[in-house]
Amino acid sequence: MDQFWLIISKPDNVPIVLMLLLVGFFTWLALSEARKFDKARAEGKTVKEAAYGDEADYPERVTVWPFLVREEFLAAIAMTIFLFIWSMALDAPLEEMANPNVTPNPSKAPWYFLGLQEILVYFDPWIAGVILPNVIVVGLMVIPYIDPNPKGSGYYTFRERPLAITIFLFGFLILWVLLTAIGTFTRGPGWIWFWPWQYWDTHAVVAETNVDFSDLFFGISSGSFTGSLIGFAVIAIWFPLIMALPLIFRKGRELASEMGIVRYLVFGNLLAFMLALPLKMFLRIFLHVKYIWVTPWFNV
Amino acid sequence: MDTDALKKEITKGQLWRSVMRHDVEDNPRTRVLKVMSNVFLHLHPVRIPRFGLYLKHTWCMGGLTFFLFLVLTVTGTLLMFYYHPTKEVAYADIKYLEFDVPFGMLLRNMHRWSAHAMIISVWLHMYRVFMTGSYKPPREFNWVVGVLLLTLTMLLSFTGYLLTDDQLGFWAVTVGTNMARATPLLGHEGPFAELTGASPYNDIRFAMLGGSVVAGNALLRAYIWHCIALPLIVAMFIAVHFWRVRKDGGISAPQ
Ligand code: HEM
Repeated sequence: MDQFWLIISKPDNVPIVLMLLLVGFFTWLALSEARKFDKARAEGKTVKEAAYGDEADYPERVTVWPFLVREEFLAAIAMTIFLFIWSMALDAPLEEMANPNVTPNPSKAPWYFLGLQEILVYFDPWIAGVILPNVIVVGLMVIPYIDPNPKGSGYYTFRERPLAITIFLFGFLILWVLLTAIGTFTRGPGWIWFWPWQYWDTHAVVAETNVDFSDLFFGISSGSFTGSLIGFAVIAIWFPLIMALPLIFRKGRELASEMGIVRYLVFGNLLAFMLALPLKMFLRIFLHVKYIWVTPWFNV
Repeated sequence: MDTDALKKEITKGQLWRSVMRHDVEDNPRTRVLKVMSNVFLHLHPVRIPRFGLYLKHTWCMGGLTFFLFLVLTVTGTLLMFYYHPTKEVAYADIKYLEFDVPFGMLLRNMHRWSAHAMIISVWLHMYRVFMTGSYKPPREFNWVVGVLLLTLTMLLSFTGYLLTDDQLGFWAVTVGTNMARATPLLGHEGPFAELTGASPYNDIRFAMLGGSVVAGNALLRAYIWHCIALPLIVAMFIAVHFWRVRKDGGISAPQ
């Protein structure tokens, strides 16, 4: 536990603890507001009545002066006080002078990139460090263009947009926030997993024999031509599979026709990328699969 | 003495009028004028949807992100007075700040913690915009601008990380930029590097660092991106972002 306290209380890690608390609080806030709204709607109230509650007859617009200006002013003061207290309580870290010959173990990226660094366990750098970050940014940008649902604009609701919210929460809370926390708190020397009560032993090794996908399931060497072909087939099937799966269900087909072909293809590809991560994590952690597809030029 | 009379005397006088351009009485007319005739306040519309006032609805996160950006600009400018972006003195400059400059440590702390806070607040802002469905038409484009701002905010923080020239920053940036090696076609360890002839001395990582290792040139490049280029780009996108919040009908609200 001492080790855990040491990591949590590192000045640069304090913000992560703060972030986790805030994310937890706001998740609760958003979902409980959504529940309230959905309940009111189920009772037959209009969107406006449900969202405004008992203030439905207040004016819709207010003057910026003084209402918004005073709020901004207070927020600025509160934040300033908060920053002063934080800055007096905790000093920014400064380690030894940079020395290319002394590699710290573990070497970690800044905390907000530790989710990506954690993905390096499961994918090679060209995917984890280059492809995925770009897919994340592009994926976020296209959200408004692939979400065909006009409902839920400007208020909290879950029932009116269950799919969008589920996917976003999964991506944000699990694949981003949780992985960031894992990369920060549980990854010690050699990027080995340490439980909070374990000491970060620099000499720890984990005996892990990894196999590739085709070796494991077909007994065919992943480096051979056939092995590579099998790997390619798995990847080549994964994307269409994820895109096709929803079409089995009536709701999925409705969604697809509402979206149109281009939107649906973009959505399906992004979803396949997103789900590939937990799938690969599962294969790696439980079956010790290192690569699915091995080629002379790159491995997946 | 009659303070009301004095107040009137002042606020009707030429000096006051030349600066403020409007009365101080609180009535609907001056409420509008106060916002319209002030260059800073007129970033706002005159009236906003009531939902824009609700903490429950905005979490105040966009505003706090902007405020943190301002705090970072001010503290960053002050830090620049004491900092030289060269391998010879950068680290010593930080030590000097910590031990000799009056309130130097406080200044450094404020800059660092505001940076962390801005990362958190920009994530939370995105989170709330999603949860209130505020990216939906007509606000799609402003969401895109927002995602760019999110990316730029993280790059700003990342480029700042190197500037202390200590082990923490050096290795964090080494780990981060090593990823660029693996870029397909453009990085020397990436897939198909042979095709483009990418080597450690001409690949994309070299372009980022101004060299094949994180050294003096990388420090200078990080400094210029951090203190000049990125803040300007972010300021520009923030301007677009705020403009669009207004043009898209103000803050979202249930219709
Ligand atoms: C430097 C970063 C950013 C700053 C300073 C900023 C600032 C703001 C401010 C002050 C508002 C007004 C309402 C509010 O406070 O919630 C706003 C609204 C908005 N922001 Fe941002 N923002 C930033 C990044 C982002 C990001 C990362 C996204 C999304 C990916 C985003 C999307 C939006 C959208 C769609 C609105 C309109 C919301 C509505 O109408 O309810 N912004 N932003």
